[in-house]
Amino acid sequence: MLELTRVRAGYGSFQALFDVSLEVRRGEAVGVIGPNGAGKTTLMRVISGLIRPTAGSIVMERVDLLATPPHRIVEIGIAHVPESRRLFPRMTVEDNLKMGGFLPAARPKARRRFDFVYELFPLLRERRRQLAGSMSGGEQQMCAIGRALMSEPKLLLLDEPSAGLAPVVVDLVFALVQRIRAGGVTVLIVEQNVQQVLRIVDRAYVLKAGSIRAAGAAAELRDSAIIREAYLGV
Amino acid sequence: MGIFDVYLLEALINGVLLGGVLALLSLGLNLVFGVIDVVWICYAELIMLGMYAMYFLSRVYHAPMVLAAAICIVTVGVLGVLLHVVVIAPLLGAAPINQLLATGGVLFFLQSAATILFGIEFKNLGVRLPVLKVAGMFISYARLLAFGAALIGMVLVYLFLRRTYTGTAIRAIAQDRQIMTLMGVDSRRIYVITSALGGGLAGLAACLLVLQYDVHPFVGLTFGPITFLICVLGGLGNFGGGFVAAFVFAEIISVGGLYLDLEWGYVFAFAFFIAMMFVRPQGLLARRS
Ligand SMILES: Nc1ncnc2c1ncn2[C@@H]1O[C@H](COP(=O)(O)OP(=O)(O)O)[C@@H](O)[C@H]1O
Ligand SMILES: [Mg+2]
Repeated sequence: MLELTRVRAGYGSFQALFDVSLEVRRGEAVGVIGPNGAGKTTLMRVISGLIRPTAGSIVMERVDLLATPPHRIVEIGIAHVPESRRLFPRMTVEDNLKMGGFLPAARPKARRRFDFVYELFPLLRERRRQLAGSMSGGEQQMCAIGRALMSEPKLLLLDEPSAGLAPVVVDLVFALVQRIRAGGVTVLIVEQNVQQVLRIVDRAYVLKAGSIRAAGAAAELRDSAIIREAYLGV
Repeated sequence: MGIFDVYLLEALINGVLLGGVLALLSLGLNLVFGVIDVVWICYAELIMLGMYAMYFLSRVYHAPMVLAAAICIVTVGVLGVLLHVVVIAPLLGAAPINQLLATGGVLFFLQSAATILFGIEFKNLGVRLPVLKVAGMFISYARLLAFGAALIGMVLVYLFLRRTYTGTAIRAIAQDRQIMTLMGVDSRRIYVITSALGGGLAGLAACLLVLQYDVHPFVGLTFGPITFLICVLGGLGNFGGGFVAAFVFAEIISVGGLYLDLEWGYVFAFAFFIAMMFVRPQGLLARRS
């Protein structure tokens, strides 16, 4: 479904990704794990078009994403829940969700998408008139995921959805990600919460200092030495 | 009611009427600042061109007032788009000071161009709207009309920003411009639409001001500084703050002018502005950050 081949990217003269290759197949849940500063967020940004790679290729269902203007990538079916949520804090929950369904193709289906999101997150329906910035971290994360789902994506990119949340809320978020995936949405998820994310993904990549150090089935990675090495830095 | 109270009431009412027009003026500038993050220093010069458009359409070509107003609003809206595409867009990545200097340059360019094209004589529509006498007070019909039209204009903009997808994107982009592409929003398109809206509001303001003031190439200097100060007082880019600040300013001008001269009203208003910059530099309705 999504294929990155030898992608290089960075900020100005600073290179953050070195020849990263990665594949996500339809219906899968794939994780990317790695320590702080590894380049995980940068990886998500190149896929959704927020930054342009300096080399390599990114193809989604035979569409060359590098030849697609950034604002049209969501039309292809990729929705990105950015790091630290990035809601519009002084707009209501409802307006935030509405922005998620901004695409002309999504507008006629807006009612159904609102119902879908409110069914998944009943709390958001109660809070729909509340300013997004006034909600708790967990509620904001649900709103951010709901906003991404408004465009009816085929592939959902999640950048550290559990960051900064209380342990019970983290469990809830992971359970919801599993439900979304069970509903037919392919998931690519970046996490620091390694043990937990490896329980909900099929496969995972280990990213460190901008390159992929290991890849494999989640169960294999769970107790492998590579993970410990990546995190302890030995 | 004593004679003095009548004057005070009249001044208060005139303050409200003036406040409506000032609120309209500041909304256009605020919208452009909030969304595009540039200050149109030449905003009032767009109004000046709109006033000339009204003058020529109505005085020279004898177009009916409503048609002239519609053409004026559209024309200044197009000027707003031109300003954005020709001057602002190429400088979006540049330092803010460069953008200020560029729109400042446009201000002098438009003043000089108007002087050459239209001459420095004061021109007016030559219509004298009646003055209403209510309970011993004199209320100008032109001001009432301007107030009503300004309110209608602001309500329409409000509904546009609240109800439509484009309007919602305009509000959203003012809060987080980087992630807009994730939602499929082409920021460049939103900037052009916002510029058209900002220009259109300047055009509407021009239609209303030309009923009360003569037009000349430097008339922008009458409205420009006060519009800018209102936006700053309300918190640049904060639409609600600008609205409140416009009425506060208008009342100070109107009531302050009652006790001394009208000119003193402006002195009080500017003094109030300077004092507020010490007390609440983020603006009247500053949001906690
Ligand atoms: N906007 C930016 N400008 C410059 N450098 C950045 C920027 N964002 C991230 N970086 C750098 O790129 C590297 C990778 O960052 P990031 O992708 O955010 O890592 P992660 O998400 O894995 O923590 C880090 O060294 C970081 O300092
Ligand atoms: Mg990150």
